Amino acid sequence: MFNAKSILSAIALAGAMLLAPAAQAAGEAVPIEKQSWTFSGIFGTYDQNQLQRGFQIFREVCASCHGARLIAFRNLMEPGGPEFSEAQVRALAAEYEVADPTAEGGMRPAVPADRWPSPFANEQEARDANGGALPPDFSVLAKARGVTDAFPFWVFNYFTGYQEGGVDYIYNLLTGYHEEAPEGVEVGDGQYYNEAFPGHLIGMAPPLADGLVSYGEGEDGSTAPATLDQYSRDVAAFMMWMAEPHLVSRKQTGFVVLLFLVLFAGLMYATKRKLWAGIEH
Amino acid sequence: MATQAEHTTTNRRDFLYVATGAVGAVGAAAVVWPLINQLNPDASTLALASIQYDVSPIEEGQSVTITWRGLPVFVRHRTPAEIEEARAVPLSELKDPETDEERVKEGHEQWLIMIANCTHLGCVPVGEAGDFDGWFCPCHGSHYDTAGRIRRGPAPANLVVPPYEFLSDTLVQIG
Amino acid sequence: MSEHSTYVPGNAVEKWLDDRLPVVRFAKEHLMDFPTPKNLNYWWTFGAILVMCLGVQIVTGIILAMHYTPNVAMAFDSVEHIRRNVNGGRIIQATHAVGASMFFVALYVHIFRGLFYGSYKAPREILWILGVLIFVLTMATAFMGYILPWGQMSFWGATVISNIFSAIPLVGEQIKQLVLGGFAVGNPTLNRFFSLHYLLPFIIAAVVALHIWALHVPGNNNPVGVEVKDSRDTVPFHPYYTMKDLFAMVVFLIPFAWFVFFAPDILGHPDNYIEANSQVTPAHIVPEWYLLPFYTILRAIDFNVLFIDSKLGGVIAMAGSMLCLLVVPWLDTSKVRSGAFRPMFKWFYALFVVNFIGLMYLGAQPAEGIYVVLAKVCTAYYFIYFLVVLPVLSRIETPRPLPTSISESVLGKAHS
Repeated sequence: MFNAKSILSAIALAGAMLLAPAAQAAGEAVPIEKQSWTFSGIFGTYDQNQLQRGFQIFREVCASCHGARLIAFRNLMEPGGPEFSEAQVRALAAEYEVADPTAEGGMRPAVPADRWPSPFANEQEARDANGGALPPDFSVLAKARGVTDAFPFWVFNYFTGYQEGGVDYIYNLLTGYHEEAPEGVEVGDGQYYNEAFPGHLIGMAPPLADGLVSYGEGEDGSTAPATLDQYSRDVAAFMMWMAEPHLVSRKQTGFVVLLFLVLFAGLMYATKRKLWAGIEH
Repeated sequence: MATQAEHTTTNRRDFLYVATGAVGAVGAAAVVWPLINQLNPDASTLALASIQYDVSPIEEGQSVTITWRGLPVFVRHRTPAEIEEARAVPLSELKDPETDEERVKEGHEQWLIMIANCTHLGCVPVGEAGDFDGWFCPCHGSHYDTAGRIRRGPAPANLVVPPYEFLSDTLVQIG
Repeated sequence: MSEHSTYVPGNAVEKWLDDRLPVVRFAKEHLMDFPTPKNLNYWWTFGAILVMCLGVQIVTGIILAMHYTPNVAMAFDSVEHIRRNVNGGRIIQATHAVGASMFFVALYVHIFRGLFYGSYKAPREILWILGVLIFVLTMATAFMGYILPWGQMSFWGATVISNIFSAIPLVGEQIKQLVLGGFAVGNPTLNRFFSLHYLLPFIIAAVVALHIWALHVPGNNNPVGVEVKDSRDTVPFHPYYTMKDLFAMVVFLIPFAWFVFFAPDILGHPDNYIEANSQVTPAHIVPEWYLLPFYTILRAIDFNVLFIDSKLGGVIAMAGSMLCLLVVPWLDTSKVRSGAFRPMFKWFYALFVVNFIGLMYLGAQPAEGIYVVLAKVCTAYYFIYFLVVLPVLSRIETPRPLPTSISESVLGKAHS
């Protein structure tokens, strides 16, 4: 119908592709290496063992500075996540204290219904303890970061459902520390050179290193290497779960919904054709 | 349907319409249910539907008031005298007949757990008050005994005992 | 053309109702028997798709409002509460967010259909004007809705756009403070935008009703742009177009569902998962994609013209771009309605579409380097198309010969 239009659109598309290199140069976008994640794609799911390892990293390394105020202890035992047992979660919660005006002394041990307590009383305290920088809360951090792809790759992302920009960035950040900054780059006191961080100078010291955390066995007896690379993947996956706890059920429901819609569209089309048979149009 | 069609295709056409309609109805129901279910209590509310409480700090003869599902709940550590007094009451004297045994758990008879709302109009009764050594509601003068049963006054029923069980001698789960 | 009521009440109850409030008669006349050109193509299904989108947004919106708190201290967390705790909340919230984007996809298709087929021409000028009004109201609704999650983009997008008001000479600053309820975007702004965001969709629904009424007076336009001559040109709306529209709606739901279930955040911006902070400005403040073309036009005017400074100039240009849409029935005076029979027009229209996509792309780019030049070029063509091309073509174009009727144009095209 629109032959002229489609030709022009094709020309426009080609023209826009020529603009693609410029798009990269305009922003200070750092090349982020994409990783493979168990939760990506239509059939993505969380790996329970990975989430449990990731939680261990979070708790032993990150939680001293980073909060997770939107996460409740009970989330850790809900389906689609690390799926710790109720007993484990109760015991874990009881190790932490939460504010409660009705309790004696204003504090009491946490229960599963409580949220993860903040490591600091307020923002100022957090900054004072971290050289003026504010460690961001982890609850939605994996969705608060992203990757900007050049044209036409960002178009492809719409078809692959690429939502892992945040965790790709986080993985690259955690593994992106350099001992020595490149030639000519001044690294001030309390700063560290990082490949992935915008501006390359980050206030957080490298938090992970090989052998820092000792992984036990998974529930199925599996083990994982105690390396920086593995820690980074695991904690990033855990952060994705914190940001999107319902990812698995969402994708499973989505598959059924799309299947239904395609089937129903087929039936509707057949209905429409049958109705219109014999009408000149 | 307005157009003329061969009658031989009528059955096939009708089946298609019925099938499409049926699939559409299933789809519509599948869409409507979540829109109604979102009104149901959410996960954070349900998380507080059940609480565990450690009763060991409560001395004999002492009572605490805790919150459960937004309601005040009495947890009283009864003395043997209170239990005996409750068991000595004949059922015929009760407006809402219930034995003391029916209101406590076997092996944990010293623990009386009740929703702290007067069954008349909802005020919180005062403990260790009234003519029956139990609770007294100052709003309209209802008296409850040592088992929380209504003995005198306008309240129609005994103080409500919520569902609970003892996970151990000192840990009770309510709800 | 509009009175085709063959309705006869079937029983005593129906007659009783018909004598008091003829809703059944009305439904039969306008939703079932209404004579509709039989040659409508699938571009004509987007009106019904839009009604579906409005319904989806209202239903999901009312549900979200049951769980959302419009206060700066709690807004961000309440949206997360919906995603995490409310039964089905993740999907309901995603449907509302994606639904806004799908609404604009359908809007743009619907508008561009109108621009190509001359649906704005006499006697459908009021229909068109009502449509532009719906478009503007929808943009206002979406803009106010985007502030509600209270993320960084919510806050800063609102800050940038509310600065538009301060561009108005003399009273600009006062008007801005009136709109914001303060000196900057804050709690009063959030609260009132929530109230208005809830209100506007019902105003939109009322204007949609007028829009459909205005449509039913002359009846639908059609792909050949030749008016309906007699009943051979039309079919009753039900079941032909009810079923075709329903089919189109189901197909439309497929990409909709794809986004909701598999990529719910891809149309948004990661910075909106950072809680609003008035002390920290994001690196690139970007409105939602559907507002980008007008954002480009706003930013393109970065030079002063006589006594009009660039800020006011940008506001005037942006308002002017929507005004052009409004007065298109009087800019394009060609006697031939449908672009299908206007060979020169087709090329300029195609270029307009490409240009509009260009305006959309440029809105997301930083105002630097080559993008600045391109934004001016694309803005220029936008106005040239309406103010120069359309009027000139009306005079100089030789259209292709029109069919004498709709029936003639579809002769021999029966699908059996």
